[in-house]
Amino acid sequence: MVPLGVGDLAVMRPDELSGLLAAIQGRGYTLLGPTVRDAAIVYGEIAGADDLPIGWTDEQSPGSYRLTKRSVGTFFGYAVGPHSWKATFHRPELTLWQAERQENGGFTIHEPVPQTARVALIGVRACELAAIRIQDRVLLEGPFADPHYAARRRDVFVVAVNCTEPGATCFCASLGTGPSVGSGFDLALTEVVTDTEHFFVAEIGSSQGAEVLGEWPVDRASRSQIAEATARTQAAADRMGRSVDARDVKEVLARNLENPRWQETADRCLGCTNCTQVCPTCFCTAVHDLTDLSGRTATRVRQWDSCFTRSFSYVHGGSVRRSGMSRYRQWLTHKLSYWADEFGSLGCVGCGRCITWCPKGIDLTEEIAAIRALDQR
Amino acid sequence: MAATAPRLAVWKFASCDGCQLSLLDLEDDLLAVAGAVEIASFPEASRAVGPGPYDVSLVEGSITTPHDAERIQDIRRNSRILVAIGSCATAGGIQALRNFHAVKDFVSLVYAHPTYIDTLATSTPISEHVKVDHELHGCPINKRQLLELLNATLNGRKPVISPHPVCTECKRKGIVCVMVAQDLVCMGPVTHAGCGALCPRYQRGCFGCYGPSDAPNTAAFASSLDFHGLPPEASVRLFRSFAAGAPEFRDQSLAIEESAKRSTSSKAGH
Repeated sequence: MVPLGVGDLAVMRPDELSGLLAAIQGRGYTLLGPTVRDAAIVYGEIAGADDLPIGWTDEQSPGSYRLTKRSVGTFFGYAVGPHSWKATFHRPELTLWQAERQENGGFTIHEPVPQTARVALIGVRACELAAIRIQDRVLLEGPFADPHYAARRRDVFVVAVNCTEPGATCFCASLGTGPSVGSGFDLALTEVVTDTEHFFVAEIGSSQGAEVLGEWPVDRASRSQIAEATARTQAAADRMGRSVDARDVKEVLARNLENPRWQETADRCLGCTNCTQVCPTCFCTAVHDLTDLSGRTATRVRQWDSCFTRSFSYVHGGSVRRSGMSRYRQWLTHKLSYWADEFGSLGCVGCGRCITWCPKGIDLTEEIAAIRALDQR
Repeated sequence: MAATAPRLAVWKFASCDGCQLSLLDLEDDLLAVAGAVEIASFPEASRAVGPGPYDVSLVEGSITTPHDAERIQDIRRNSRILVAIGSCATAGGIQALRNFHAVKDFVSLVYAHPTYIDTLATSTPISEHVKVDHELHGCPINKRQLLELLNATLNGRKPVISPHPVCTECKRKGIVCVMVAQDLVCMGPVTHAGCGALCPRYQRGCFGCYGPSDAPNTAAFASSLDFHGLPPEASVRLFRSFAAGAPEFRDQSLAIEESAKRSTSSKAGH
């Protein structure tokens, strides 16, 4: 049999998924993947395929997420949940350095060595790969690369999954970021369940992906199996719950800074920061300086922050963005307008997390449509 | 203890003592604190009470009697830095529920000889009486925050005490939102952080014991409660628990009562 290579498509039975994950583990990777916890499908360390949300799905709508059981034992039959891979690479809390006072009055600085984690991400969706690419541009490819992010991104094995079950708050199809994955993976699975069959079509995205899959005999996917897989991803694109007209959203938002819609939305917005923190591309942080009680050691820590807090824009004399209106406008215009000027793409990948996890159910797609309707051109 | 160690005093007003016990609850760190300061006055821990002035005063409890209203002035005069600790000292505490009613009605219900009771009509936070340098929220306060505050004060730096909503702590810890995933009532979006998201971590909604965050949209939060079918009297109770005397929570509870009076069904706007 000719060995499989990059770009080839293989077929796998569901019971082979355990072997695949074990083979990845066997190469020293810690498996991080979706698992059921606290009434949601979250990302965490998994021991193997049994920890995946087998037979679970989610029902999402603005401000609501419900975990429900399916009639079939799918492994990836749900949309993205409250967690994103952001927390794996861009840590919520991090020590940047410590300073220690010396006897002679000076001080020495200790910088922690950025930690490389050999992790395999299981079940990464197309929107999430797009989000990782965006964070790479911001945190790796700009003039000030973040060494901690760089270290964590260094040694990562990606098992992507093509979406066949879009959530009701998803809109990746309209932004061109999904539902099928394009690049940036080692293996990409499409799960197919018919009345009589349950199989995965596995696309090989890297030589390492080929090696892992080559550890046991797998067959090439047949033409009909590939057609089944493609049809499901296409169907997901066709029945996506929401959309954003991305063609001129950058310009529309830029010329609508005084649109009355901002205040209406701010009246509803809790300012809770949840949208920014579940967003897989939001990267803002604050740094804090701590000391030990004796004052001999000082520690600088970095934490996720959010433009929805008043202190985020604090400068000498007070906060620049004092109103909820100015904070909401800051977030949306950054995400879908001037992000493009800074980083060459929109800052939104259409995952819908900010819609589902907003306790008020404020819907970014609806907001953009409303601003468009009152366009102050 | 160094010869010039800063002198610490701990004071109690209307309260349950739980917050000052957080100091004793510092365990290993208590030894370090005791080594860094002179505990000059702390009746909960020692009968040896040293005279003022004090470098740092921790004040627990709310002001509920004419005598206490005078006593806090004395303490302020004798304290270089005054820190109000806990929901009572920062927001009037649960006893601020009296602010919404006539206190003399309660007094006659509770005491056999109400004439002996000399109490104020309201329970108010320390900041309504004297200048407060720092506030630590919570019922009780978080002992790590207390340590951070003492630490920062001793080292002459700004304490790192986040004024943001509890949601920021949930998200950093990866706690799934109990409002969105389980439809639980959770005060997190309008409540001051600091507890480490203690209740949501155990699948419970936040009940707002830390009082309002720095920029809470309580009106929008109240309309959510209404939308989710919570009766107005239950919403009022949410805002009137441990921080009923905090202006943002107090005013919102009054607004809910007012609007319930005006109309029995205002389901417009999620």
